[in-house]
Amino acid sequence: MKLLFALFTALSFVAAPALAEDTSPDTLVKNVTGEVLDILRKDKDIQNGNARKAAELVETKVLPHFNFQRMTAQAVGKDWRQATPAQQKLLTEEFRTLLVRTYSNALTTYRNQTVDFKPTKVAAADTDVTVRTEVRQPGAATVKIDYLLEKGSTGWKVYDVVIADVSLVVSYRDQFRQEVSNGGLDGLIKSLQTKNKSGEATTRK
Amino acid sequence: MIAKNKTAALAVALALSAMGLGGCATSGNQRDPIEGFNRAIYSFNEGLDKVAFKPVAQGYEAVLPSPVRTGVGNFFGNIADVFIGVNNLFQGKVPDSFSDFGRFAVNSTIGILGVFDVASGMGLDKHEEDFGQTFGRWGVGSGAYVVLPVFGPRTVRDTVGLAADLYVDPVARVSNVPTRNTLIVTRFINDRAVLLPADKVIEEAALDKYSYVRDAYLQRRRNLIHDGSLPRGADSADE
Repeated sequence: MKLLFALFTALSFVAAPALAEDTSPDTLVKNVTGEVLDILRKDKDIQNGNARKAAELVETKVLPHFNFQRMTAQAVGKDWRQATPAQQKLLTEEFRTLLVRTYSNALTTYRNQTVDFKPTKVAAADTDVTVRTEVRQPGAATVKIDYLLEKGSTGWKVYDVVIADVSLVVSYRDQFRQEVSNGGLDGLIKSLQTKNKSGEATTRK
Repeated sequence: MIAKNKTAALAVALALSAMGLGGCATSGNQRDPIEGFNRAIYSFNEGLDKVAFKPVAQGYEAVLPSPVRTGVGNFFGNIADVFIGVNNLFQGKVPDSFSDFGRFAVNSTIGILGVFDVASGMGLDKHEEDFGQTFGRWGVGSGAYVVLPVFGPRTVRDTVGLAADLYVDPVARVSNVPTRNTLIVTRFINDRAVLLPADKVIEEAALDKYSYVRDAYLQRRRNLIHDGSLPRGADSADE
């Protein structure tokens, strides 16, 4: 029984990266976006502002394709190297929670947008690719969303999202630096935790 | 006319006085040497928004159905397209400017005075240009970050750009004063209403709203000037 379980786990570890590597980054973004939009279109709960359900959707469909460690390292900047592994782990977890909540809440504002995919050239040797998309909404200006992906041992992972020319990661750099210069890395962890706790309250309502 | 010139003069005066105040730095960002002053104006704007602009925009959103609001936005967007076309011409982007003038021609006629954005469906995409971007294209440095009363985040260059934008604003040149004022107020409320969903996102996302808004503004402006062709991570200081 135990052996069977071990074999199963090992197999799934082998299978997952193999699957992911077959997918080119633009197809990956296209598939995930398509899947999420399909669910959003049907799910009246999320459309009515159920952020918790939106967060579940993000957790299961979107998060596996993100490299949060890299995102956090970039947002923290040069102080990241001074952080202990435990601090790095905490920072990554808290930053992840913050981004998931923000993103989930944004999803609840979904109405009838469509997403256009710009052609992406990916050479076999590429390890860093930007997939450009445009979100169109009747009567409103289109919003550009670029996904920056890198190829790692587990396939392509998103390490930054640039919405309307504003990078998700870069936007946090100054805020993080500010917190670190005020209260050190632990100070930054603490304010992220406080922020996330206050957010939980609003998500639950 | 007089009121408009006053606004422009005020904006320039503020930018100049902001440059002179450069001594009172409070924290890290090199682009924001007058952070203390900016933060004060930022809180003033937030307070003003909370008691006046936001409630009005929420009321406007509640009363008017979405297609009507879209029509209002299109109407003002159509007027802006001429101005955007002129700025594209100034920047040497001739095909873009022709597309903008084309949009105006199509939307003003088939789109019934701009209420319907028919041109977008025909593949004439809407652009976003202003004098601040044009100056940037011409090589004018952005200067320090400044928060203006009511108008909000700008750089010194974009403040001068704003003064120029206001000066040529066709809506402000409408000679009938009540009509002009109604148009200006409606446009302002509509613009504010469009931003309502963003409020919540910023509220959720930011550890420090002031820094978040500043960094988002500076990134966006830099990318708009380069029309998105700027390599990622290019440093802000060299602009």
